[in-house]
Amino acid sequence: MFDFSIVTNWVNDLLMGFLPSWAAVLVECVIIGVCVLLAYTVLALFYILYERKLCAWFQCRLGPMRVGPWGLLQVFADMFKILIKELISLKGTDRFLFKLAPYIIITSSVVMLACLPWGNGLQIIDYNIGIFFILAVSSVGVLGILLAGWASNNKYTLIGAMRSGAQMISYEISLGLALISIVVFAGTMNITDLVAEQQSAWFLFRGHIPAIIAFLIYIVAATAETNRGPFDLPEAEHELVAGYHTEYSGIHFGFFYLAEYLNLFIVSGIASLMFLGGWMPFHVPGWDGFNEIMNYIPGPVWFLAKAFFISFVIIWFKWTFPRVRIDQMLAFEWKYLMPLSLLNLVLMAVCVALGWHF
Amino acid sequence: MNDIKEKILSICPSATFEEGEYLQINVADKDWFPLAKAMKEDRELNFDVLTAVVGMDWKEAYGVVYYLTSTTHDWDVVCVKVEAPDRKDPMIHSVSSLWKVALFQEREVYDFFGIKFINHPDMRRMFLRNDWKGFPLRKDYDADPKLNPIPKDDEKNEDDTRSYVEDEKGKVTCVPGKVFAPGDYVVNVGPQHPSTHGVMRFRCAVDGEIVTKVDVVSGYIHRGIEKLCEELGYPQILHFTDRMDYMSAHQNRECLCMCIEKAMGLEVPERAVVIRAMMDELMRISSHLLAFGCTAMDLGATTAFFYGFREREQVLDIFEKTCGARMSMNYNVIGGVIADLHPDFVKDVKELIRIMPERIKEYHKVFSGNIIAMNRLKKVGMLPLEDAVNYCITGPSGRGSGWSCDCRKKHPYGAYPQVKFEEVLEYGCDSYARYMVRMREIEESVKILEQLVDRIPEGPIRAQVPKIIKLPVGRWYQQVEASRGTFGVYIESDGGKTPYRVHFQSPCFNLVGVMDLCCRGNMIADLITIGAALDFVIPDIDR
Repeated sequence: MFDFSIVTNWVNDLLMGFLPSWAAVLVECVIIGVCVLLAYTVLALFYILYERKLCAWFQCRLGPMRVGPWGLLQVFADMFKILIKELISLKGTDRFLFKLAPYIIITSSVVMLACLPWGNGLQIIDYNIGIFFILAVSSVGVLGILLAGWASNNKYTLIGAMRSGAQMISYEISLGLALISIVVFAGTMNITDLVAEQQSAWFLFRGHIPAIIAFLIYIVAATAETNRGPFDLPEAEHELVAGYHTEYSGIHFGFFYLAEYLNLFIVSGIASLMFLGGWMPFHVPGWDGFNEIMNYIPGPVWFLAKAFFISFVIIWFKWTFPRVRIDQMLAFEWKYLMPLSLLNLVLMAVCVALGWHF
Repeated sequence: MNDIKEKILSICPSATFEEGEYLQINVADKDWFPLAKAMKEDRELNFDVLTAVVGMDWKEAYGVVYYLTSTTHDWDVVCVKVEAPDRKDPMIHSVSSLWKVALFQEREVYDFFGIKFINHPDMRRMFLRNDWKGFPLRKDYDADPKLNPIPKDDEKNEDDTRSYVEDEKGKVTCVPGKVFAPGDYVVNVGPQHPSTHGVMRFRCAVDGEIVTKVDVVSGYIHRGIEKLCEELGYPQILHFTDRMDYMSAHQNRECLCMCIEKAMGLEVPERAVVIRAMMDELMRISSHLLAFGCTAMDLGATTAFFYGFREREQVLDIFEKTCGARMSMNYNVIGGVIADLHPDFVKDVKELIRIMPERIKEYHKVFSGNIIAMNRLKKVGMLPLEDAVNYCITGPSGRGSGWSCDCRKKHPYGAYPQVKFEEVLEYGCDSYARYMVRMREIEESVKILEQLVDRIPEGPIRAQVPKIIKLPVGRWYQQVEASRGTFGVYIESDGGKTPYRVHFQSPCFNLVGVMDLCCRGNMIADLITIGAALDFVIPDIDR
């Protein structure tokens, strides 16, 4: 597998050659920041179109078709519109918190995106607690949602924020436990090492039953964590208009919107790293010719393709399933999903201890 | 009939009778409540359904005409006429403690006639603003815009209500009350809200996520159709019916036409009768498909919504070809229908009959069988049979509580006696049962269409009617089974070119009346699904 650290080290050496080290680091930080924000925007735009086209396909429609060929430029038009809209400030809101909330949400999702490695060596910091850090950052987002709901001084947003708080805190447990099962299996929390472990076969196949259960739990919990259907009740438009971001306008609303799409990519990315081998190509044992061809496809393409596939599944059930109710959702988590993930963790530990895996 | 007369005379000797379309009982206000109680509770009479409440202004006195139906005695209908003794301050005893449907119906009468109902627990206006001056349906109402200028400020939420309580000596006092308790956390839903299916407003007291009380605030799109009718000739009032429940446009309009035809003694040609029945059933299919789609969408399953609309388009295309419009078709006229069928009609209907069974299977696959949908709809919005009868919840919603109330079977009209179909009943009493009744009714409607499509007789499409239509003096009441329940038209004529009084008894008004009952103890999310499963249409409430 091509190691991208060769490229990054070369850039580093080049800068160090004619700049003092502090200036080199500064320049690198700026470059990285620009790259991350650019990736963030491009991905968000892609995801908006991706979801709109997919849901149109599910619903016997065409989706956006007017702006550009097959409506490809529609998202740019939408983005432009959202940028030039007025930021409305409301009476009776807590001004500071009201304006702070979208930034907290967008920050948490940008930080998570920055932590995802896209290829071998294509990452900002290779933490030894990488996956743990991502989980920790993802919990910051809920703070922004609670603030948004509270500061808007509106009954709908408050109910939406309360639902969201209850939901995200509950489902984080299952999400964490599902990932911990894999960490137990791999024996490391470093994402590069986790992916390297999957050189021979993906964890989904290597860990057989407990890994498959962990994968399913992860997908369900991740859907809930990102507030997507059928768990989109914090912003259930049929009851709460738009939930916690009812009162936002312009780019502040856009931040919530972008963060939601990016969180979809991030949870899909984590699933791809933890279960589907990240940037590792798809190999079938014994088919050497086939495996050889697969190796020619670069790592980032594999990573993105896997992430988009999981996003496709999540989008698919969002547009098919009805929405659950708050009590049903919490009962599902605390009565079924969490005990199941605990059991699964034990099962995984037993499997690892007795060597019942590939 | 004579048994009923004797029985009523034994209860209330002062009652007098008039022969008309139905047996009419005239009773004084002081005897009315005991008579009503006896009529409801007596085993032999057992008038358990209050079908219609019509406020009246007879110039010499205000009054109310009640239509009562007995479910056990062959769906007999009687009409009770009660006059308020005092024209200056008209008061009539409320029957809302006997028939709960009167809770809303009497508020409507109060709103338009200013008749106060003694012992009614919540005597507020129903449709008009609380600061409205005058009672519009009174004959001496002054419609001067200076009296009620276009308001420039928001209407205040009125939490004050009142009740006129009679003590033992017969003295009536006004007792003030409050709609919500002081500590209630009230969430406002509507009038502009994504899923109230129109301009409807609910004020809900919630305890956490659980709804403890729902107060219905309606009238945002009230057009005063009944008042408008009083100044127009009979052919001119027909088009209003398409604009009430626009999802039952054909049935509503047929009902008004049938009422006028009945009063005129007009015979409708056989071809028109069959065409009307087919249009009714197509309308019912389109309405139930919309209900399916909206229920799914209110639960968040947007894809199912589009599936329902796909087939609905096909029905609307059939309407467009024959009637020239997809909505507000204006198709039925007095004496028949306005235009002959489009040459493609039979072919298109056969195509619809061919695809519908498969498509319904698809709906069940994508939505009805879904575990989340079942959990969201089952045991939610319980409406027991007694309440359904008491609140007069007819149509699919009533049949979801196991109440056999199909007007096509109980008071057969038009081409329905010629066709075989089953009255769909479900006994779940919950939202899911109501939803399933609709889905199965689509199948029944397809069956009816199947029987009629090859049997459309040749002949004229409408009878000869005089240029100027005048009805004889009298009162008539006609019911049909609209998509959402029994739709009734009341016409009182003084022999002139215009009706003296027209009243439309809409099923949706009763449906919205049970929102409070159904939603209590359920969650906010259920408020929306209960509304979707009851499937009320707002223009039908705000006539």
